[in-house]
Amino acid sequence: MPLDSLTAHCRHCGQPLMGAATERGAFCCQGCAGAYTLIHDLGLDAYYDRRPAEAAAPAVADDGDGADPLLGLPDAVAVAPDGSCLLRLSVDGLHCGACLWLIEAAVTKHHPEVRSARANLTTRCLTLRWTGAPAQAVDYARLVTGLGYRVAPFGGAGAGADPAAAQERALLRRLALAGFAAANVMLLSVSVWSGADAMGDATRTLLHWVSALIALPTVAIAGQPFFQSALAALRAGRTNMDVPISVGVLLTTGMSVVMTAQHGEHAYFDGAVMLLFFLLVGRYLDSRARGRARSAAAHLLALNQAPVTVLDADGLPQVVPPARVSLGATVLVAAGERIGVDGTVAEGVSDLDASLVTGETLPLAVAPGAQVFAGMINRTAPLRLTATASGEGTLLAEMVRLLEAAEQGRARHVLLADRIARAYTPVVHLTALTTFLAWVFLGHAAWYQALLIAVSVLIITCPCALALAVPAVQVTASGRLMRQGILLKSATALERLAPVDTVVFDKTGTLTLGRPDLLPDPTLTAAELELAARLARASRHPLSRALARAAGPGPVAEGVVEVPGGGLRWRGPQGFVRLGSRAFCGVTDADDEGRAGPELWFSRCGQPPRRFLFADRPRRDAAAVVAELKAAGYRVELLSGDRAVTAQALAAEVGIDIVRADARPADKCAHLAALRAEGRNVLMVGDGLNDAAALAAADVSLSPASAVDVTQTAADVVFQGDGLAAVAETLAVARRARALVRQNLAFTLLYNLCAVPVAMAGLATPFVAAAAMSGSSLAVMANALRLGGKKSPDGGQ
Amino acid sequence: MNSLLFLIPAALLLGGLGLCAFLWAVRDGQFEDLDGSATRILYEDETPLPKRPV
Repeated sequence: MPLDSLTAHCRHCGQPLMGAATERGAFCCQGCAGAYTLIHDLGLDAYYDRRPAEAAAPAVADDGDGADPLLGLPDAVAVAPDGSCLLRLSVDGLHCGACLWLIEAAVTKHHPEVRSARANLTTRCLTLRWTGAPAQAVDYARLVTGLGYRVAPFGGAGAGADPAAAQERALLRRLALAGFAAANVMLLSVSVWSGADAMGDATRTLLHWVSALIALPTVAIAGQPFFQSALAALRAGRTNMDVPISVGVLLTTGMSVVMTAQHGEHAYFDGAVMLLFFLLVGRYLDSRARGRARSAAAHLLALNQAPVTVLDADGLPQVVPPARVSLGATVLVAAGERIGVDGTVAEGVSDLDASLVTGETLPLAVAPGAQVFAGMINRTAPLRLTATASGEGTLLAEMVRLLEAAEQGRARHVLLADRIARAYTPVVHLTALTTFLAWVFLGHAAWYQALLIAVSVLIITCPCALALAVPAVQVTASGRLMRQGILLKSATALERLAPVDTVVFDKTGTLTLGRPDLLPDPTLTAAELELAARLARASRHPLSRALARAAGPGPVAEGVVEVPGGGLRWRGPQGFVRLGSRAFCGVTDADDEGRAGPELWFSRCGQPPRRFLFADRPRRDAAAVVAELKAAGYRVELLSGDRAVTAQALAAEVGIDIVRADARPADKCAHLAALRAEGRNVLMVGDGLNDAAALAAADVSLSPASAVDVTQTAADVVFQGDGLAAVAETLAVARRARALVRQNLAFTLLYNLCAVPVAMAGLATPFVAAAAMSGSSLAVMANALRLGGKKSPDGGQ
Repeated sequence: MNSLLFLIPAALLLGGLGLCAFLWAVRDGQFEDLDGSATRILYEDETPLPKRPV
């Protein structure tokens, strides 16, 4: 195929240009040209210098929601008593620092009434404050959509802060308090230990009192999350890791106060506070990992609440939320808008992008009478629908329910740390009790001395390193994966990934690129291809784009008419030229050679029609990754909703032996359930909405970042990029993380085995306890950090 | 040992100041978006970054 040496790229989104672009001046589409003009007019060209090379600007939403859904925005505005308005918008496509700058600068420039605009890269949320009317929200949102981002009210809750985020903040404040207290109490303790002989009783007691002054409020405030969790568990008749922690901290503090009041030699304030500090570090790391998963789900919910336009009794259009559409109502869907209800087409002919619902990448041609579903995007022409289901009754809602049901089944996974806690807690408490009884009855010690020794057993065994063992590894592992564009969404994903022995791939969009490519045809002349490409360059249809890509850059025909649901028509110098479906080109004879796959027909006056065949290519490293997984001992399967012939062909190409085709979403779930019933641990890799339930039904799931929103939400792990190497890398890191967690746990156990006898013998002074505790915690942390560095030897290539 | 009588309060006061500053920063929302802050610091309001070497 002729490839022009000018590998031109769109000036806005950076996609390679088709020939069509020359007509529009270095842009791939009208939307990008509009966004570029807007950015240029605002004097914000610096954006193009700032964004990272690999991160393209969001391709402008010709497939996004139309402008109409924005009309519902003023309802989401919160008006403060002083008349200022506040709006939180969820922004889709926000992915680098340059985006933050661009959006903030665009909204504040020429809008002096905007008091502050602050975009958040972590939650992909834009917070706007302005003085004026709530209706201005629409202008700001239009501005942001004009730049190529998609917006929706954030989380539906208006300005209300996320309770989980508030909880995380509280945790951070407690962490700070515990850190401050640990450092200061330790300072005083070190002076007590080092001056033990020279220091008088009065001085030592003074230092102990000062320590108590710092430690008591700290324990009361920073220890709350543990006390509450322990109380809740005890009330429910269970125990968890927080029970020994709470008992240990409270007993230690209480004993130390008593010792201080009696001018005793030993006080354990430093141990109690340091324990809280280390535990809060683990808790905070854990909470941050969960927070990312949460924001992804909130994001999805926000994007699904676009209002729909309904014709009322008087024939006037009205904008209402999708759930309030009554059955039989007439719904208007503009070109480019997402359909909000299930229904039948009453009027109009158009092409729909059904990828969200069916996973099919090729547009679906619809005419009056055709059934359409919520979530599809109307591409070419306006439609009138008669609603047959809305809100919770739609197929989309049904799929989300299927997904939630499957997810609940998986929520029963019990974390390793919790399982250990269940076994560990009774053992610790029994050991302490035995120690106490043994000293009283066998050692004939005074009861308070025996109690002191029993408490020191509790302090020494307090699962400080144990509580850090898992979160520390998880944070380093997820940090390492994130640097390679792999996002762990679920906190338990790593643990569930490690025992995986079966990898099930979806076909379209997962093993393949989900994008058709023209198949080589030796009988095709360059002149024919060029003429067809001239028409194709005028269209955004995936097959046209594929044809244009194959032909390379070149001129575009003028006056091409796109017939919705049919194809392209052009009146050329030698008569009409048509490029489109079989029926559109007037091909009636059935000369099917059994060749399956998408096709385009090309007809010219006085010449036999030509057929272009397309196929979805596998990702470039698909075969290599499949081979690598098989070599590592995984069972690899292909599970596809496509026909058997196509699925078999692809499986043979990438080297997968076990194929199951013609699977509907429910079949996929059933197949995965059957695999799990065999005792297998299944990893599902998929991208379509039809895979979403299957992703949730598997033990653990991966999905490419090109997948639809719902699927990304259902998946435990989302990976970026064109390759599948992420699958092998994720599995390798998970196995390595499991090894490290086991090492950490083994180390902790070993440490306890050594330390407990020392404590039971009554030799654990505060100094020994503090040194042992911080020593074991640091060792566990250092071991976890080994994962963050260079690639593991068994990692991806 | 008399110096302890003012050294300990002084140490606690300084530590407390640091703690208060941190708590203020948390309340102020400076820990809300660690990813964003990491890139934001590189940008001036008007002049862009020097061009990246391609």
